[in-house]
Parts: sequence; C-alpha cells; structure tokens
Amino acid sequence: MQHDDVIWDIIGNKQFCSYKVKTKTQNFCRNEYNITGLCNRMSCPLANSQYATIREEKGQCFLYMKVIERAAFPARMWEKVKLSKNYERALEQIDENLIYWPRFIRHKCKQRFTKITQYLIRIRKLTLKRQRKLVPLSRKVEKREKRREEKALIAAQLDNAIEKELLERLKQGTYGDIYNFPIHAFDKALEKQDEGSESEEDEVEDEEEDDEDVGHKEFVAENEIEESDLSDFEDMNNLKGSSEEEEDDDEGETSENEESEEETEAKGKSKGKTPLKGPVRKKRAYVEIEYEQETEPAQKSKAT
Amino acid sequence: MDVLRNTEAKKGAKTKKQKRMNECKDVEAETSVQADSVEEEAAFPPNFSVSEIKNKQRRHFMFMKLKQEKRKRKLELKKKRKKEREALGDKAPPKEVPKTIENQRIYDETTVNPEDEEVAFDEGTDEFSSYFNRLTNPKVLITTSDRPRGRTVRFCEQLSTAVPDSHVYYRRGLALKRVIPQCISRGFTFLIVINEDRKVPNGMVLCHLPNGPTAHFKVSSVRLRKEMKRRGKDPTEHSPEVILNNFTTRLGHSIGRMFAALFPHDPQFIGRQVATFHNQRDFIFFRFHRYIFKNEKKVGIQELGPRFTLKLRSLQKGTFDSKYGEYEWVHKRHEMDSSRRKFHL
Repeated sequence: MQHDDVIWDIIGNKQFCSYKVKTKTQNFCRNEYNITGLCNRMSCPLANSQYATIREEKGQCFLYMKVIERAAFPARMWEKVKLSKNYERALEQIDENLIYWPRFIRHKCKQRFTKITQYLIRIRKLTLKRQRKLVPLSRKVEKREKRREEKALIAAQLDNAIEKELLERLKQGTYGDIYNFPIHAFDKALEKQDEGSESEEDEVEDEEEDDEDVGHKEFVAENEIEESDLSDFEDMNNLKGSSEEEEDDDEGETSENEESEEETEAKGKSKGKTPLKGPVRKKRAYVEIEYEQETEPAQKSKAT
Repeated sequence: MDVLRNTEAKKGAKTKKQKRMNECKDVEAETSVQADSVEEEAAFPPNFSVSEIKNKQRRHFMFMKLKQEKRKRKLELKKKRKKEREALGDKAPPKEVPKTIENQRIYDETTVNPEDEEVAFDEGTDEFSSYFNRLTNPKVLITTSDRPRGRTVRFCEQLSTAVPDSHVYYRRGLALKRVIPQCISRGFTFLIVINEDRKVPNGMVLCHLPNGPTAHFKVSSVRLRKEMKRRGKDPTEHSPEVILNNFTTRLGHSIGRMFAALFPHDPQFIGRQVATFHNQRDFIFFRFHRYIFKNEKKVGIQELGPRFTLKLRSLQKGTFDSKYGEYEWVHKRHEMDSSRRKFHL
C-alpha cells in the first residue's frame, strides 16, 4: 500500500508538486482527478489511496474510483462507472458504488455531480438561444478601409454637394412660392411678359389689384357693347382725337371743337363708363383713367 | 568680393559635400569647388542617391536641398508652360483634366441609364413600389443588439429624431426571427438593428418589412450631437427632405430607394431640414442639416443631427434570414477589393 501520509508530507508541504497552484490566499490543485480543486490533505488524489471523482465527458457523467492495488499501472488505476441521466438515479448509483467509503468523499462526489448537471443544463439552454458570432477583424483591412473612408470623405466635398443640390431644387421650383427672391420673380415676370400672358403679373401683385382688374374687365366689356353702334364709333373717333389733344394741351384752349369733344366726353362720362383711348388696351397697374378724371372737371367748368 | 562671398556661402554648403567627396574619393571636386561655384554644384559619382549618406544631419540637409531644387524646377516648368499657353492664345491646346479616382473608375456595366425602360419597369414592381405609389407610409422601428451600451443607446435616440415616425425599442434578447412577424403585425415598414461591439455601434441591419430586402451595413465614424462642432439646435418634428447622391448602378439604385423609403413622401419645407445620403467610392455618408436660403444664389447649411458613414456588406432578398436567405449581393473582399478603381454602388 501507499504511504499516504508520507506522500502528503512531501508533496503537500515540503517539496514540489507539479499540480499545485499557489495564490495569495489559497492553494489549488490542477490534477484532473481532483474532486474539489483545492490542494488539501483530503482532496489530493496522489495522497489518498481511497479516492473517487466525478468527471463528465461530452455531456455524460462518470464516477471514477481509484483502485490502489493497481498503483503500479497508472493507466489502469481509475475505474469508471457511467452514471444514469436521471439525477436521483445517479445519486443512488453514487451511493451504492461508494458504500462504506468515507463520508467526505461521498458528499463531495454528490456535490460535484450536482454542479456538473447544473452546468450541463445551462449549456443546453444557451445553445437554444441566439449565439453571438465573433467575426475576426483583419487589422490590415480595417486600416485600409479607414484610410479609404477618409479619402472618400475629402473627395466627396459634402457641404458643396448639398448646397448645390439645394440650389438646383430651388431653381427647378420644387419649393413653390415659399421663397420670394426679387431677381428671381422679376426674371419670371420678364419671361412671361414676353410670352404675352398677363396672369403672372397679376399674381405678383396683391389680390386687391386683381379685383380691380376684374372690375376693369367688366368696364371694357360694356364699352365694347356700346361701341357696336355706329354712333359710338363716331364718338370713338372723337374720343381718340380728344384724348390726344388732352394729352397735348392742358387747360388753356377753349375751342368749340374741344368743347364738343368735351361734351361727348362728358356724355361718355355720363354714361358712367370711362372713355377708351383708342382700341381696347391692356390694363396696366397704374391707372391712367384716374388721370383723366382729374382733368375733366376743370374742362367742364370752362365749357359752361 | 561677390565671388568670394559666393564661394564662402557655397563653401558652407559645400564643406559637407567636400567631406563626402572625400569619402567618395573624388579629388576633382575640391578643385572644382572654387572653379565651378556658379555652374555645377559638384561632380557626383553616378547613381548616387541622398539616402546613401550615413550621417543623419548631412543626409537630412542634402534631402532638403534636393526637395527645394525639385520644387524650383517644377515652378519654372509651370511658368514656362503658362507663358506658352498665353503666347498661343486661342490656339493653345485645352487644359488637361487631372486624373481622379472618380474619373478613372472602371465602367460598371450595371450603371443605370436614366431612360432605361427595364429599370423603370423593375422599379415600378419591386418591393418599394408600394411606397413610391403612396400606398404605405413609413414607420420605422429602431433597436440594437443585446445589451447596448450608452453610446449606442444615445445614437439610436438621435437617429430616431432624425427619422420621423420612428420608435426605439429595447432589445431584450429577442430573436430577430420572432421580432419581425410582430413588427409586421403592428404595421412597421422598416426595421433597423444597430449592432454594437465594444461599446460602439459598428453595424446596421436595415430590413424592409413586409417582405422586403435586408441590407447589412458596416457603420463607422459615428458622431453624436454633442461631439459636433457648430451644430444647430435639435431637429424638429418636420419631415426632412432627402438627398441621394451618386447612386449610379442598379445596386446603388435599390439601396437609394431603400433610404428614400425611410422618410415620409412629402417633406415639410417649413422645417427646412434635409437628410443627405451621399455615396462616394462605396462609402455612404449620412448627414442631417438645416438650410436657409440667403438669396437665390446662396444657401447656408448648419449641421444638426448625428452623422455616420455606411458601407454595404450584403443585400439579401426577403426579410432577415442569415442562414437560408437568398443574397442578391455580398461583399467578397478578395474579389471586389482587388482593384482600387472599381466600385459597386
């Protein structure tokens, strides 16, 4: 038989044990057959003839028992018993195999077995959950990517690109009428006057002026209806002439012609409509008609 | 006197050369120093390079001199060329366009031609057609990988302010395959998962929900709001405009449409906010700005919002399924990164 105490005396305390790991507070035993993992008199597999452990292999738990008679053949020294997958059954198995063995070893075996089953359950549960996949990064590649990104950033000139895009959108009119920049609107107006449409000019002005224009349109329509009569045509000619003379001469002349013309003008005025200067003209923003109204009363007084 | 001073000045430079001359055992140089002070600097043995000088100080000095001379010669050449141009006047040959990587880019046969009917047809019938036909409104769910750290969480929050109608949810270890049907049932159109590594966001999975493509990006250079200089106030609730730059190939087009589908159709111009996805050399830069038109020729922009860059790693048909999904495009480093002039987006 082995001299356990002697062995322990040597390896445990005085001399070297290759399985011993010393830390500040504790000593551990790296022997794979150690039951507790600590370096103790009771736990040392080398210094105990009667020894047993539990070890697991690929999810299967085995009870290992040391047969000291075969100490000369270390490869055959440990006997293993496969334990049942059922927890209670396995505990019973441990008990029946280690019957009459010291309490310490029995207890520690069961403890170790419990721990092992617990961590096996955990492994099974975790593998069902999502696994974190670790992807190795190549340092060279990462550096290369970083460098390329910086250069791409410089080449991109983001601020300029964004500003250009925004200005283009403004030019194309995606923003509608939100932004009224004077030159922009004026250019628009110029373009559209060339085309000959009037609506844009009105849009530029206020809505009130639109209403005035609408009113003027009505005036024009009624005048046109009047002009359809021959008499009005004559009046038209007179009006034409009178308008010219009005513009040329202010209040000085008081010829009969003028008076008659003024009367006709007055007639025209009395009808309540503004006389036309020649054919139907485009309506302008500033109203010439008002000008005529101002001068007429003076002439009227002269006539009478 | 001048000659003397010249020689003295040059001697100061030349003593070092002289010493080297001695090293190289060129006796002529000593005599030639005084004689040829104006012409050659010295007679070097052929195949002599500055790097052969063992003394660091001297070597550095000679190298600096070499660089200066090079620069001088270059300037002279430039001036000469400019003079020639002016002399020729109209007949001068046109200015040469410098080569850039964008100029030299290898032509990609999948570049989209704007009038291409096939592309137009495809785009009319792909997964985003329902968005572009105004049938659906975007609704975005932003989440992270497991156990996000502070930076990632803040990044998600800021991203959700940049994208209108987005919600941030904490991922409690849920599997994406389970999350996706729930999202669909709640009417989300987009799922964004920010992957985190070592407390920093480094990946993004952008999944279009009903049955749409899943894009996996690498995220880099994330700047949160407080790290940005000269930034404006926080973005408001108005829907921003979207700018997509440089998405030229078919793949780029589909990615661009994906980004466009994140945002509501009608931007609210009152808000004056713009989100930009700019593709340059396969890197997509995201910026969020507020703009103001000073006049019709000038616009000022101020950066709000987070900024980050994306690099497409893979595009997969169907929703997220890394094992059985059908990949439309995968970035294969050894094949695709071999040429510096070839880009895919």
